[in-house]
Amino acid sequence: MSRDTRVDAPDDPDEIFVDGADWEQVIDAVTDETLTVNMGPQHPSTHGVLRLVLELDGEVVRRLNSVIGYLHTGIEKSTEYRTWVQGTTFVTRMDYLSPFFNETAYSLGVERLLGIEAPERAQAVRVILMELNRIASHFVWLATGGMELGSTTVMTYGFRDREHILDLFESQSGVRMNHAYIRPGGLAADVTDDFEERVRALIKLLPERFAHYEELLLRNPIWNDRLRGVGVLNQERAMALGVTGPLARAAGLPWDLRRAQPYCGYEQYDFDVVTEDASDSFARFLVRLEEMRQSLRIVEQALDTLPGGPVMVDDKRIAWPSQQELGPDGIGNSPEYIRHIMGESMESLINHFKIVTQGYPVPAGQVYSAVESPRGELGYAMTSIGTNKPYRVHVRDPSFVNLQAADEMSRGHQVADVIAIVASIDPVMGGVDR
Amino acid sequence: MMESASVTAEVIVAQAVSIFDVGDGFVLPVLIKLVFVLALFFVLPLVGGYLEHKAMGRMQARRGPVEAGPFGSLQLVADGIKFIQKEDLIPRAADKWVFAIAPGVALVPAMLIFLVLPFGPGVFALDLELGLFYALAASSVSVLGVLMGGWASANKFSLIAGLRAGAQLIAYELPLILAAIAVAVQAGTLSLVGIVEAQANFLIPGTEINLWFVFPQILGFGIFFVAALAELSRPPFDMPIGDSELVFGYMTEYTGIKYAMYMLTEYAGMISMSALTVVLYLGGWQLLPGVPLPGCEAGGGLFDCSPVGVISGVLITIGKIMALVFVMVWFRVAFPRLREDQLQRISWLVLIPLSLLNLAVITVAKVVF
Repeated sequence: MSRDTRVDAPDDPDEIFVDGADWEQVIDAVTDETLTVNMGPQHPSTHGVLRLVLELDGEVVRRLNSVIGYLHTGIEKSTEYRTWVQGTTFVTRMDYLSPFFNETAYSLGVERLLGIEAPERAQAVRVILMELNRIASHFVWLATGGMELGSTTVMTYGFRDREHILDLFESQSGVRMNHAYIRPGGLAADVTDDFEERVRALIKLLPERFAHYEELLLRNPIWNDRLRGVGVLNQERAMALGVTGPLARAAGLPWDLRRAQPYCGYEQYDFDVVTEDASDSFARFLVRLEEMRQSLRIVEQALDTLPGGPVMVDDKRIAWPSQQELGPDGIGNSPEYIRHIMGESMESLINHFKIVTQGYPVPAGQVYSAVESPRGELGYAMTSIGTNKPYRVHVRDPSFVNLQAADEMSRGHQVADVIAIVASIDPVMGGVDR
Repeated sequence: MMESASVTAEVIVAQAVSIFDVGDGFVLPVLIKLVFVLALFFVLPLVGGYLEHKAMGRMQARRGPVEAGPFGSLQLVADGIKFIQKEDLIPRAADKWVFAIAPGVALVPAMLIFLVLPFGPGVFALDLELGLFYALAASSVSVLGVLMGGWASANKFSLIAGLRAGAQLIAYELPLILAAIAVAVQAGTLSLVGIVEAQANFLIPGTEINLWFVFPQILGFGIFFVAALAELSRPPFDMPIGDSELVFGYMTEYTGIKYAMYMLTEYAGMISMSALTVVLYLGGWQLLPGVPLPGCEAGGGLFDCSPVGVISGVLITIGKIMALVFVMVWFRVAFPRLREDQLQRISWLVLIPLSLLNLAVITVAKVVF
């Protein structure tokens, strides 16, 4: 166990509960001996537009209030006005660092409502893409976290290495982020012929890069001093606050949905659920570093056993009709298919028209589908009333839930530690404000 | 007592004639020296800055500046021109006079240090008898400008940064000076030229082997260099700037030329602190211990030099300075930022006891041998 470096343990002298939006009151309620500092929403180290109202006693944090909503996009609400298929293009933009996880969780939910299951090949490709996405996301966490601790080298390295993975994503889906590649029923298109070759290159390259980070940081005295004993959140409190993902695993809780509730065929793959006991920011660093290795293990196994066959369900009422073949622009139309609907079959043309303009109805019901995103449990609670649009899509985003632990982790620490702590939570504001 | 003191002074002054002392007049040498100091002050920091850009880029898998000038070498000049064009903003709540003066208060002392730094045989503006004292004193005035800027900005981040800078200076001035005192004890003089000469003449007791002070005082060298980094607020000791915590510290509200003055202070500080380290520990303009410069005769091959000797001496000094600047850049690339309390702990619990130990050992050794 690590020592707790806080000046004094967290307490609740006169807890301020904020239920409305009147932040002036919060600031006024703070006593005179302390200094209230407003960090953000425009601040170099608040991960986008997180605003932190810090109550400082000297440099020691007495209370931290996180104010969210500056990146509110209304994505959850917007999905109610679009068809079920169009939903994927929305949800992928929420937590923009883990687009494939959003798409998969959403698609799994819709598939369950429809009572279908994506073909095996699509499931395996989803796993490969998700695990690579996890590595890319952890790279960004390492890069931004390093930069916030003043290590610009880690930043350039992290973004450099992530770019290799984004290149692969671009080659498959046409875009670096916000892919809308994973769809209810399967994938938008099959992977390209050089997919395996590209992934193999990554499997070869990335372990070298992981070793670089270990060399640079694992025994770096300042990196250790800055992270060890900082932001301790023990297992009990993590569970009480609903914290999941690397934060919970760094507190020794072996909770990983890939193992606990396997989806997309995770039960076939051999991997370790990485845990640490120290519960501090350094433990989270170790967990994420090892998780990247485990992700690569899964990618390798999934690639070795990649099944053939279709990547979309064989149901013309659900399968998006046009993406039968990958065009030079990434996603395109098959000339053969165009000929079929334009020249041969009136019924096919009608089907195409109906699906593209109206989508398909989804049987009434409720579903909660969750995946293990890089930040924790990413869940989609969806309600259908039998129409072609969702009645409600609610997202349990791990960034949002984990962020509520920031106050408890920060109390008694210094301002500089708040930076390290928020970085160790790794919140993505696109996911927090939906 | 009086006699011996004056003799020492005479010896030092007699050796230390600047090559800029031409003619019998007063005005001409002073003008030449001013030009010399200003040229050093404005050119060397740019060279150091370019080195930082390129070395850092290389270590971080990027290229650094490439557009301005050959290989991007004029990037800092371009930056300077850009800063001049920027609007000079003063926050409404700021203490206007203090806000305006502060960058100058930081900049001028950084310039004044260059007066006493010896760059080669006779290549210096002044050889003060108390040169080391003067240099250290001038270097610690700069922080006043930082404190003033932090206070006058009427910004909480700036204020915290100013106070951090003040606390940092107090903490690291002590090990810096204690390490420097040990050098002065060993050299028997406070004159920077005298210290260089003392290194050229220092022999391991009982042998004929000449050594620089870095070898007997390797501990003091480490302390001095780390403390100098902290004095300059260079990473990993850049808490007063701490861009991830304090936006940009005491410089947050500054724009344009005033901001550029703070930046120039930092780079000039890198050069002057490196130059001091070279003079105190690395044998000044000597190429290798015990090897006289070409064309130099007196003082262990350090003085009375031909032009070749002068030029090579200057190049050697600048080379050593740039090597130290490179190490500073390397620190920046390799380490994250320390936390404020960790910074204080390192100084009070590690550096100061070690520097006292270093001073005691050197003093005893000086008496014994």
